[in-house]
Amino acid sequence: MQTHQFDALIVGAGGAGLMAALYASQGGAKVAVVSKLYPTRSHTGAALGGIGAALGNHEEDRPEWHMYDTVKGGDYLADQDAVRVLGEEAVDAVIELEHMGLPFDRTSEGRISQRRFGGHTSNFGEKAVRRACHSADRTGHMILQTLYQQCLRNQVRFFDEFQVVDLLLNQGVACGAVAIQLGSGEFHCFNAKATLFATGGWGRVWQVTSNAHSLTGDGAAIFLRRGLPLEDMEFYQFHPTGLYGLGVLLTEGIRGEGGVLLNRHGERFMERYAPTIKDLASRDVVSRSMYLELRDGKGIRGSDYLHLDIRPETVNRYLAEAGETRRIDEDFIARNLAETLEVCRVYAGVDPLQEPMPVQPTAHYAMGGIPTNVNAEVIVDAAGKVMQGLYAAGEVACVSCHGANRLGTNSLVDLVVFGRRGGKRIANFVREAPLIPPPMDAGEEVRAEFERIRNSAGSSRPGALRAQMQSLMMTHVGVFRTAEGMRQGRDAVLELRQRFLQDLGIDDRGQVFNTDLMEAWELGCLLDSAVVTAECALAREESRGAHSREDFRERDDANWMVHSLISSQASGLVTEQLELALNHDRPVDRSLEAEDERFAPKERVY
Amino acid sequence: MDISFRIRRYNPEAGRPKPYWQEFALNDVEPTQRVLELLHRVKWEQDGTLAFRRSCSSGICGSDAMRINGRNALACKLLARDVGPKIQVEPILGLRVIKDLIVDMEPFLAHYRQVLPWFVNDGPLPADGRERLQTQEDKDLVTDSTNCILCAACTTSCPSFWANGEYVGPAAIVQAHRFLFDTRDTGDDARLEALGAPDGVWRCRTIFNCTPACPRGIEVTRAIGEVKLAVRKGATAGIIDPATIKQQH
Repeated sequence: MQTHQFDALIVGAGGAGLMAALYASQGGAKVAVVSKLYPTRSHTGAALGGIGAALGNHEEDRPEWHMYDTVKGGDYLADQDAVRVLGEEAVDAVIELEHMGLPFDRTSEGRISQRRFGGHTSNFGEKAVRRACHSADRTGHMILQTLYQQCLRNQVRFFDEFQVVDLLLNQGVACGAVAIQLGSGEFHCFNAKATLFATGGWGRVWQVTSNAHSLTGDGAAIFLRRGLPLEDMEFYQFHPTGLYGLGVLLTEGIRGEGGVLLNRHGERFMERYAPTIKDLASRDVVSRSMYLELRDGKGIRGSDYLHLDIRPETVNRYLAEAGETRRIDEDFIARNLAETLEVCRVYAGVDPLQEPMPVQPTAHYAMGGIPTNVNAEVIVDAAGKVMQGLYAAGEVACVSCHGANRLGTNSLVDLVVFGRRGGKRIANFVREAPLIPPPMDAGEEVRAEFERIRNSAGSSRPGALRAQMQSLMMTHVGVFRTAEGMRQGRDAVLELRQRFLQDLGIDDRGQVFNTDLMEAWELGCLLDSAVVTAECALAREESRGAHSREDFRERDDANWMVHSLISSQASGLVTEQLELALNHDRPVDRSLEAEDERFAPKERVY
Repeated sequence: MDISFRIRRYNPEAGRPKPYWQEFALNDVEPTQRVLELLHRVKWEQDGTLAFRRSCSSGICGSDAMRINGRNALACKLLARDVGPKIQVEPILGLRVIKDLIVDMEPFLAHYRQVLPWFVNDGPLPADGRERLQTQEDKDLVTDSTNCILCAACTTSCPSFWANGEYVGPAAIVQAHRFLFDTRDTGDDARLEALGAPDGVWRCRTIFNCTPACPRGIEVTRAIGEVKLAVRKGATAGIIDPATIKQQH
């Protein structure tokens, strides 16, 4: 096995990984970025509407209002030390992106243009505020490109199409990772002083999803298999506006610009559920409201979708009703929501300028993941003990600045703010830290697992197993949950996992770009992510944020202002029994609340 | 609808030294299914060895450019109804085929890096610690070229690139355009020099294949023309008339 040595190993080349790589390299570290995709293919590029920062370019805004919205949006589960960092550093991080050349849209004064977005308000929930900084409706695409370009300029070393499949630990310290070079099938050992995971989420666990095929929970599963805990896995966000049937994302920016959700009667139903900011309530609230409408038979033509309307006549009517002077026209939409128009025309044959868009909630974002502190250092227990040399940032991490539900735009804020912090921390760490060698048996277990899959000749095809898992999770561990349903779902997914271990069959036995093999291995990661999600969801007997229990409808602050930490006690890498251990011993950080009682938990009304 | 699928196959490990065509039949295809979904159906239901790249499946990541019925496109952005009941899929041209629909992207990315595709402005930052100011009109000079997703559909549709793989190609020029005409950027000299080299922008013979090939609707040939003018002039000012920039859609 070929071995590479670096100061810092960054796993994943989305926004968080690239940000960390850039700052670690600027701090003098020798950095390698290992990514299963070409960096510009990463899913950060699919983020559309904007990145939140209280620049106040159109109207007064303050970081503490952003913090308040984030805490409230997260249904009071977010760690407030992390939220403070997010709010304080968002402004500076966005300005820095502009200095790196990011082509933001501009105000008439030439400043960064901002739009409204769900859950973002001024003055502690008073009214919607323009906080989302945007580059048309492909902000994530421009962030990804800009960061990649700056990494190239900074001579960061990229290992493209190398997929990390195991984490290296030695003497209780992280010392790198094992990766497969997809083009050759060869295993490589990356030995590093610092290892940062930025591998993204696991949206492919669900049937209707906005996530790329590549989002298979590799990072979360690798950590689980190495005995490390995962945090708050029950909290998974469904975005309200996936294109019907496909799940392709339609940005919240559509509602930010004035678009409205309508039921079969043409009623703007969000007025009933969130009287103040209506369609711009946080995503969990809007998705639930949509499900309730559908359950009441108010879906379009009695079906299971609703309408999202951005036609100027509709928008302007509601703007006038609200006493606002702003009006929009077709040119405005074409300029600011070009991607939306294109997606609807290509995939649904719908022209949003002529007719409303058919939408349904779509699996979108993992609030939970690898627990870290505010410096992106991975923590391994409820007391916050750090594992030396190990870092995580972006969607795979749980810092937790999103709590039980993430606000729109805050994923991009999260990855630039905490990716940057991780990169800076790593640059300092590697200056003094020794390089710990990989363990003697590095990669042996994971290679054996790959040989098992490569030579598997059973009757269960990965595609079929995956489809069944996705359908089960959609039905039983989706927007609304019950103990009975989740038990059923979990047990059925565990059965699929048994078939994956005992009866798998793939076709390709080769080495070169064996995507059959890689997809099957990724399916294993998805199955583990699904089981852990269901297990954590079952244990949390309350409704909070994206976790909505029909058998426990209320939030229970007396008992549940705590994070979940789940880990596997199994002694092998991929074992028949996961032997999960779950605790709720990690309390929520409430440091903002200690200073300002407006941050105290209260009923969440929008 | 029923689809007959003809796919160009190549597997360096299978003891078949040359590429060949293989046919697959797919029944009950929804007209709104993407070609990418059909490829997945073949892979998941019939032949797991079929290899292709894909990720986002919604036209933004740029992984799945291929030649579909003779034209470059993203497999995830073309629907069955747009292609008809006979679909022929092969790798994009001009880059070495590694396996089935997967080509070696390295030469393409090397050309991208050749034009110094990164923002340069080492001058002082605004004293107030805030963003540099720019008008929306100035920003719109590069809005079209910032749309590029590096899928290679344009470059691999270009006969000049087929004839000479050293030519930097349309995608690299579009990426250069994005910085050359960014009013905040100061890195033009080095970029113009790279583009003025023998394998730079002058290998373009204005054949126009690149523009219809672009799945993002970028006016690629126009961007190349503007870069040619900039190389000839040694500067970028005054080349683009803002009034002629197309309204998106």
